[in-house]
Amino acid sequence: MGDFILKGKVWKFGDNISTDHILPSRYMTHVEPHELAANCMKGTDPDFFSKIQPGDIIVAGENIGYGSSREQAPQAIKCAQIGAVVAKSFARIFYRNCYNVGLPAINAPDFVLDVNQGDLIEINYTQGGITNLTTGKKYEFIKPPDFLVEYIELGGLIPYLEKQLKK
Amino acid sequence: MGMTVTEKIIANKANLSQVKPGQIVQAPVDFAFFHDNNAPIAIRQFSRLPNASVWDSSKVMFVLDHHSPSTTLRAAQHHQNIRDFAKKHNIKVSEVGRGVSHPVVAEEGYARPGRIILGTDSHTVGLGTFGALATGIGSTEMAAVLATGSIWLQVPETVKIWLDGKLGPNITPKDVALFLLKNFGPSFLNYAAVEIAGPLVDSLNVEERMAITIMCLEMGVKNAIMPVDEKILKYINGTQKTEKIFEADEDAVYASVVNFDVSSLEPIVATPGLPTNGVEVSQVVGIEINQATLGSCSGAFLHDLEAAAEILKGRKVHPGVRFVVVPNSSRAVEKAARSGIISTLVEAGAIFSSPACGTCGGYEVGVLAPDETCISTTTRNMDGRMGPGGLIYLASARTVAASAVMGKITDPRKLGGGI
Ligand code: SF4
Repeated sequence: MGDFILKGKVWKFGDNISTDHILPSRYMTHVEPHELAANCMKGTDPDFFSKIQPGDIIVAGENIGYGSSREQAPQAIKCAQIGAVVAKSFARIFYRNCYNVGLPAINAPDFVLDVNQGDLIEINYTQGGITNLTTGKKYEFIKPPDFLVEYIELGGLIPYLEKQLKK
Repeated sequence: MGMTVTEKIIANKANLSQVKPGQIVQAPVDFAFFHDNNAPIAIRQFSRLPNASVWDSSKVMFVLDHHSPSTTLRAAQHHQNIRDFAKKHNIKVSEVGRGVSHPVVAEEGYARPGRIILGTDSHTVGLGTFGALATGIGSTEMAAVLATGSIWLQVPETVKIWLDGKLGPNITPKDVALFLLKNFGPSFLNYAAVEIAGPLVDSLNVEERMAITIMCLEMGVKNAIMPVDEKILKYINGTQKTEKIFEADEDAVYASVVNFDVSSLEPIVATPGLPTNGVEVSQVVGIEINQATLGSCSGAFLHDLEAAAEILKGRKVHPGVRFVVVPNSSRAVEKAARSGIISTLVEAGAIFSSPACGTCGGYEVGVLAPDETCISTTTRNMDGRMGPGGLIYLASARTVAASAVMGKITDPRKLGGGI
């Protein structure tokens, strides 16, 4: 398999972006992908979905995903076709949920410090590298354990488990 | 090398003699519960697994608490799907009106020492009060647990919090929780286990302890754990054969040990935005409110209803305030009815809703209009939590009740009453 590459425009957010910001609880009974996508980031930027392009990347400060266990939060981001979430740090359940739904969650504090809203970036997930194509600067991040990388390659925990159960 | 309580539980379950922070292990699950907000996705994901069967239906429960009794047509349909799935797989359902998952799981005796307990809810950490490793996971992961009965866990570092001293009059466990949150902030304890012990913990009853551990989630913890004592054993009717009560080794390694003396603690109020925004009540007294709420897994136990009744006895809720009470379990309602607490609150002007999450997430109960202000015993006050533009101050039942009477944020000690 070749390297797993993501390329997109940066949408930058601050610290402690909670699950209520990402998907307010009033939209939680929505389970259809297009409904989740349309309400992505509603709690902090109501027009977010109308502004983004598939493959764009969410960049946040400390502790993104703070708050509830709602998987609809990363699911909404994934359904909106955001390629990855890069942050200084992640809240615990949100981090697990990202991988479970097949959304790369990347800890890269140095990169987050430098990047600006609207920069074009390229992430080589397989190699653990990020290039800011707007500024030309390169960054490294520590990849998660191999089984989580496999979640991303296969599309999340369920396809991973299907594969395991077949073995 | 010595181990902390959390390390010992993980090592025991994973059949290892020793575990260290950072290590990833696979461990069997002792009890798992789903609530109605997250169960629909879990059920859908479970059905994607080829030939999946439920690993052990006696160790699983559904709790209908978030949109309960069903608040929209869609929620009603989700409830129906959950009931159908539960019937097909012989899984117990905690029905609408029974209460919020965490107190209900505790009351039903599923939270027990040494267990690994998972819930599709972040505040599951509160069940660590019973000496268990309890934590929250998402729906897809829960679908996998339902099929396999197992989970991967990274062994967390442990931080020890020692609580000394005695609470002053009108100061409550909720004030202790908001004080801890204020001290550690929203992410300082990310991924960590906290062991909370000390004379203060010993002096509290089981539900008062839960009021603290549930709130620990807001500091980012993976799990919160308290020592097992006589009060816990009485609550759960003694231990069963398979259960082990773990104590930390003398030479256990902690990431840090923090001591607090709560004797001079003031009532704490978390200002809108984050539960960790705590300030002493004196800094916010006089802010006018539109709503006062007693609710949530952490803030509507019997002791909260009692505390509010003590303040409200012989008084009336301010005419400009809606005082909404959403008890967290039907047992709390039964006990409060028997002791006359409910009459006291209703006579004072309280509006009762059935035991559920209710106002806590603005689940169609007690929603705020933009710019309205609420003071609440619930768990969270992020922007929009009770409706877009609504402002939420978090406080104890005593501070909330006193504020309901005065129509503005009030120090409960000013109204006297209570101990
Ligand atoms: S009461 Fe609030 S915090 Fe507790 S489980 Fe329900 S929504 Fe979550």
